[in-house]
Amino acid sequence: MYPSNYRYTKEHEWIRIENGIGTVGITDYAQHELGDVVFVELPKAGAKLSAGQSFGTVESVKAVSEIYSPVSGEVLETNTSLANEPEKINKDPHGAAWLIKLKIANAAELNTLMDAAAYQTYISEKQKEAAH
Amino acid sequence: MTDRIKKASRHTSQSEGLIFEKSAPGKRGIELPRLDVPAVDARQALSAAHVRETVNGFPEVSEIEVIRHFTRLSTWNYAIDLGMYPLGSCTMKYNPRVNEFVARLDGIATEHPFQPIQLSQGCLKIMQALQNCLLEITGMDAVTLEPSSGAQGELTGLLLIRAYLESQGNPRQKVLIPDSAHGTNPATAVIAGYQVENIRSDARGQIDVERLRQTITEDVAALMVTNPSTLGVFEQHIAEIAEILHANGSLLYMDGANMNALAGIARPGDFGVDVMHINLHKTFSTPHGGGGPGAGPVMVKKILEPFLPVPVLAGKSDGTLTLDFSRPKSVGRMRAFCGNFGVLVRALAYALAYGPGIRQATEDAVLNANYIRKHLEDVYELPYKSPSMHEVVFSDARQKKYGVNTIDIAKRLIDYGFHPYTTAFPLIVPGAMMIEPTESEPKEECDLFIDAMRAIAEEAATNPEVVKTAPHSTRVGRLDEVSAARKPILRWQPKASGEAAD
Repeated sequence: MYPSNYRYTKEHEWIRIENGIGTVGITDYAQHELGDVVFVELPKAGAKLSAGQSFGTVESVKAVSEIYSPVSGEVLETNTSLANEPEKINKDPHGAAWLIKLKIANAAELNTLMDAAAYQTYISEKQKEAAH
Repeated sequence: MTDRIKKASRHTSQSEGLIFEKSAPGKRGIELPRLDVPAVDARQALSAAHVRETVNGFPEVSEIEVIRHFTRLSTWNYAIDLGMYPLGSCTMKYNPRVNEFVARLDGIATEHPFQPIQLSQGCLKIMQALQNCLLEITGMDAVTLEPSSGAQGELTGLLLIRAYLESQGNPRQKVLIPDSAHGTNPATAVIAGYQVENIRSDARGQIDVERLRQTITEDVAALMVTNPSTLGVFEQHIAEIAEILHANGSLLYMDGANMNALAGIARPGDFGVDVMHINLHKTFSTPHGGGGPGAGPVMVKKILEPFLPVPVLAGKSDGTLTLDFSRPKSVGRMRAFCGNFGVLVRALAYALAYGPGIRQATEDAVLNANYIRKHLEDVYELPYKSPSMHEVVFSDARQKKYGVNTIDIAKRLIDYGFHPYTTAFPLIVPGAMMIEPTESEPKEECDLFIDAMRAIAEEAATNPEVVKTAPHSTRVGRLDEVSAARKPILRWQPKASGEAAD
């Protein structure tokens, strides 16, 4: 379910690294909690983000949620297809529904993120809490 | 009945199309007398720049069609005058008729905002009396009645904080907001030019005081607290939180939307609040919903008084009242004239009609919420067990295993004749069901609501489909809210000729 080559945040974003470029999205758990996504607001290319900074919002029928950057960097590209097809986030959160591509400023920050196994444990604890 | 009978349904259940669909060329609501001067072509007289060609199919209808259309639509409303309106966080209480009676009195309803000040003394006295009531109930020092909604009150409050801190040399950067606060709070802070930092609630739904003490920094301008919070829980350490903020040179803003749990019992001014707003359309029984209009007066401590919006009500040496515009430190105007004056009149009527009885209204609101909590907590999950104030927040956790969620239960409630509770809010409770009965409800109506909620809990277990596909008794069934949000159709378009009507 959660790709092993991705890294994850406590706020349920994922990041995938290829050649110093990070691709960021929200996790399957996040899309499931949000419900049907109806609108996505993303930054402009060129925006400088610091780790943990909010860079946009995802709006579902239930609520508007902030999305936070897993690491620091500069926005190179955003996924413009989400403007017309926000439902992609519900269908393919780990693939086609990536949100932004980042030029990573400080690769060391990646070490603070969770790997797939740690994230699985983290969300199963969340689910236990919710079920309680 | 056959399909050919088009009219023979009760007007209360018949559907109603769009007014555009009643249009036919040449129909008019008003017949003007025959021209006795040469006709002028309006297009030419106004010039092309003022002619709008983009509106296609503007409805051409007669007066009775307009009247019937809107009268029929008006019968679709659910209102507090029809039944309980348990929309949590909104305090949908009864609007007493005495409010309306007073607001319609000749000398009040016909006043004009451009009337000379010496002829407006009655209106100014009404404002003064309401100000005094609000200050007495909140324990604050000064007030502006200008803001015309809760959110505008919040913005006014944050602008006051910014102006005050600027006068001290540094407006600072951050506003702290607990995750149990009202959703408008973060938006307000951002509009006022602040960064928002969320602080998490502990397991009891309270602000974590020790964590606040350790993490507060000198760039914190203020903390915005909703008290009681959106969990309906009173912040027990509010005075200590105020002390931590004040020691740091920061201010405490209180969102007073939930004052219906405190009025007549606890005063925010006494527990360290520096600035707050109160929603007259909630606690003070003025109309709410359908556009109100609202009113969100802001109360402050002395240090913030110089910054209040203009004009400020002031007494003159001859004993008359006036509006003071010469306030050099003021944040400026928030609204034309003196805010929604008609709403202020209604709020004062309520305060004077009930007087010390406001305390009992508060106690009854808390009692009703706890009565409902007690009678539903065995069938619905109660995620936070702290004592409830004026509202109670359940979750759909026990119904989830049947595939039934908070929205399904809310929709089913419509079939039982109630307006839904607030769904999916506050966000810290997954699948939240937020119920606020207010003091208006007699025990009998609370019992009907409890019966309905218990019946739905049973249906969720035994016949979940009926809940998941609700409502069943309405003119239209379950609306496709997702498509409506993703692909909204915001404008009627005439059908191409030959296309079948549907």
